[in-house]
Amino acid sequence: MIAKIKELMYQPPFIRNIGIVAHIDHGKTTLSDNLLAGAGMISAELAGDQLYLDFDVQERERGITIDAANVSMVHKYKDDEYLINLIDTPGHVDFGGDVTRAMRAVDGAVVVVCAVEGIMPQTETVLRQALKEKVRPVLFINKVDRLINELKLSADELQERFIKIIANGNKLIKSMAPEEFRKDWLAKVDDGSVAFGSAYHNWAINVPIMQKTGITFKDIYEHCREEKQKELAEKVPIHNVLLGMVVEHLPSPEIAQKYRVPHIWSGDIESEEGQGMINTDPDAPLAAMVTDVSIDKHAGEIATGRVYGGTIEKGTEIYFVGSMGKARTQQVGVYMGPERINTDKVPAGNIVAITGARNALAGETLTNYGRKIDAFEGLEHISEPVVTVAVEAKSTKDLPKLIEVLRQVGKEDPTVKVEINEETGEHLISGMGELHLEIIAYRIDEKGVEIETSEPIVVYRETIAGKAGPVEGKSPNKHNRFYIVIEPLERSVYDAIQEGTIKEGRVKGKELVAKFIEHGLEKQEARRVWDVYHRCLFLNMTRGIQYLDEIKELLMDGFESAMYDGPIAREKVTGIKIKLMDAKIHEDAVHRGPAQVLPAIRRAIYGSMMMANPTILEPIQKVFINVPQDYMGASTREMQNRRGQIGNMTQEGDMVTVESKVPVAEMFGFAGDIRSAAEGRCLWSTENAGFEKLPTELQKKIIREIRERKGLSSEPYGPDHYIG
Amino acid sequence: MLYFIGLGLYDEKDISIKGIEAIKAADIVYAEFYTAKLFGTTISSIKDMMGVNIKVLGRAEVEGENIPIKDADKMNVAFLCAGDPLIATTHSDMMIEAKKRGIETMIVHSSSILSAAPGLAGLQAYKFGKVTTIPFPEENYFPHSPYMVIKANMDINAHTLVLLDIKVDGNRYMNANQGLEYLLKVEDEMGENLILEDTLAVVIARAGSQNPVIRADKIRKLIDEDFGGPLHSLIIPSDLHFMEAEYLVLVGGAPEEILE
Repeated sequence: MIAKIKELMYQPPFIRNIGIVAHIDHGKTTLSDNLLAGAGMISAELAGDQLYLDFDVQERERGITIDAANVSMVHKYKDDEYLINLIDTPGHVDFGGDVTRAMRAVDGAVVVVCAVEGIMPQTETVLRQALKEKVRPVLFINKVDRLINELKLSADELQERFIKIIANGNKLIKSMAPEEFRKDWLAKVDDGSVAFGSAYHNWAINVPIMQKTGITFKDIYEHCREEKQKELAEKVPIHNVLLGMVVEHLPSPEIAQKYRVPHIWSGDIESEEGQGMINTDPDAPLAAMVTDVSIDKHAGEIATGRVYGGTIEKGTEIYFVGSMGKARTQQVGVYMGPERINTDKVPAGNIVAITGARNALAGETLTNYGRKIDAFEGLEHISEPVVTVAVEAKSTKDLPKLIEVLRQVGKEDPTVKVEINEETGEHLISGMGELHLEIIAYRIDEKGVEIETSEPIVVYRETIAGKAGPVEGKSPNKHNRFYIVIEPLERSVYDAIQEGTIKEGRVKGKELVAKFIEHGLEKQEARRVWDVYHRCLFLNMTRGIQYLDEIKELLMDGFESAMYDGPIAREKVTGIKIKLMDAKIHEDAVHRGPAQVLPAIRRAIYGSMMMANPTILEPIQKVFINVPQDYMGASTREMQNRRGQIGNMTQEGDMVTVESKVPVAEMFGFAGDIRSAAEGRCLWSTENAGFEKLPTELQKKIIREIRERKGLSSEPYGPDHYIG
Repeated sequence: MLYFIGLGLYDEKDISIKGIEAIKAADIVYAEFYTAKLFGTTISSIKDMMGVNIKVLGRAEVEGENIPIKDADKMNVAFLCAGDPLIATTHSDMMIEAKKRGIETMIVHSSSILSAAPGLAGLQAYKFGKVTTIPFPEENYFPHSPYMVIKANMDINAHTLVLLDIKVDGNRYMNANQGLEYLLKVEDEMGENLILEDTLAVVIARAGSQNPVIRADKIRKLIDEDFGGPLHSLIIPSDLHFMEAEYLVLVGGAPEEILE
């Protein structure tokens, strides 16, 4: 098979790069395993039970996928052979960053939906992540046998259920797909871009196959009822049907790169490297993007990425565009589950594993050493860390090693934020949730450092509820003065930044002006935005002030540092708009350097925030609980005890789905409590839902708690401290 | 009472007799050396000469905590600094604050680089424009304004005194060579043909000492010369009066072609 893979790698029309995405427990990994078994890579008997792609011990024990895992295989469709490069991704909300990164590497996605649960919140999230990267979806409705055998639906009800799931899926695709594909990318029963079946029992079918084989709905219904699913698996094996669907409906790199490259790469399309990517040309300059980094005990750092242009070769020097570093590739190859198969070269249009790409980070753009190309668009993670734990080495001899291991962990999973404090030896890791951090802690242990972790701590945000200004901030030498007005940022602008429609960063050129206006910023303000940082804006409303240009970057540095570290409790600041109204600047350059300007603007910002009704925000999760009706009362009580707000409730047979919004701070230990409240008969999932105002009665208490934990005075300073 | 007392340019003997008298009249004596430093002496020899204890304050203590002002509410305070106390510093802020609080003040002048440098170079004080300082470049801070000041002065046919940054805390003193390189780098970015390798410049080193350096030449020649220890300053002259040119040739070793 290796020889075949090597051959097909050079034939883009016969390649498909795909991901399998779904809500947690909808059956991605079982499906991936069966696809592998079909390709002859693991025994068909073991597939399903084996969870081949869950090769981490933790993954098997917890029965969930944590990392995105990759595999390449060959599939014969009609008369041709195709190379399928597949990435299996995690469905749990805590690991959403992995999905975002995987979507950069692929062109198409199989969205697995459980027939019993239907479209779930995480289905929507992964679909959004795919469509945002211009990755085309197809649908697979899984666990169909359970509708028949457990929920006892009739054949008609079965069809109705399918239609409902497809309609719900299409509603999402329609609203989130790139405009030019809104129609073409809808899942259609007739053309076979929807399939249904049972990954566990290894069969799947779609309408074209039904027509070809003469198998009807009724046949399927009866096969399931009479426990003859093995027969179905022989007639319509899942790998044949699904990989057939993939080949037929998902685009080859040759087709996809034509529209995806301009979307994910802002360089000049007419350039040599631009044309190389558009044409999936293996002889063009190398243009690849790292989407994942893992550390192998023996081989060291392994970078996974997508080659868009040129060819990456073993033993050559590659250049990291973002960090301006270089490295020599030791090996390049493709994945076969936990193993890597070296192929010496990997050309455009494929997913590559690179050994020896030292210090590469996910998101890095690679090219040949000595070349200069523009970087790919950054990877935006839809969710941001909301929980932190402090980590200490149990034994002092491990102190230096812990730092190294923490750096590795931060590299392997960019959604983990690691803050290393060499002075106190107490390091902080922040992640998506309690489970995420438990896994990280386990990994650190596994790398040979025994650690102790603190109780998880919630990550808060600071903002303002009122307005203030103009407020004056003075430099230490008092010869420079800045006047600012501060107010809450328009919600529509905040949302647009959150969704990535407006990009964060220092504003260059006029491109963003129209976007700011479109999202509700007034015209005269839209033209004057200097910087977008942590969902805060910094605007320059002054005109014609001499020397302001020379300290512009310093003012932005000061603004960003203030937003990173707020005045209420030194948490990050979000959702405010700061307008520089006037500035008095010293004539001489030494009297208006960083030592003067940075404190001056920070003081103005801190002082004005403390005058504008400073407020703490807390992270919120949406919680979805699926329980038998008898346990509904116990479950809703569980939510209410956690300051939860109960939202939608939907009933489906005997099962009720309760939707609620709960502060992350109240979610610790939830897994155990809901299990006992519902006596184990409950499925639940969560989704991070941004930040909301902490109730007024808790503000003071929480502020004091955070400040004392950080070793600060228990009360924040008033405005006079900053602007007196 | 708050005395602002200048210590002058180089060693403990640059202070005026009036300054010494004021120190003796004070209940407490403070000094700051973050804006400049006397290279020909040490704090202990200054103390020895004055016969009083001197407390040296950092920037935060002077500008943040306002220690001299607060004490001057209750007693006689002497505040010492290098040069002339309100020239090339930002201490005017202290004067304003003292006036607001009704504190009596007195300034005791001393020599300043602002008069010493033109004097040493034989350039007429009447012909100088704005003074500028070249800062040590920092992240996100490489101002072009020193170059722009020179340009503005040239436009009105005025000489420019260019002071060079000092970071006493980091023990870094910009030398004339670094200052000239800075200007050439700005020239690269601006391209106004103002500061070129053939441009005439004057280097003043250790003004106020027994053996100050005065060197005038084309930048090409000066850029690799060693002018010895700090402090250094530069002058970029505009059109020269014949007396000025003759002086630069005889005292500063400038090429004779500038006489024509």
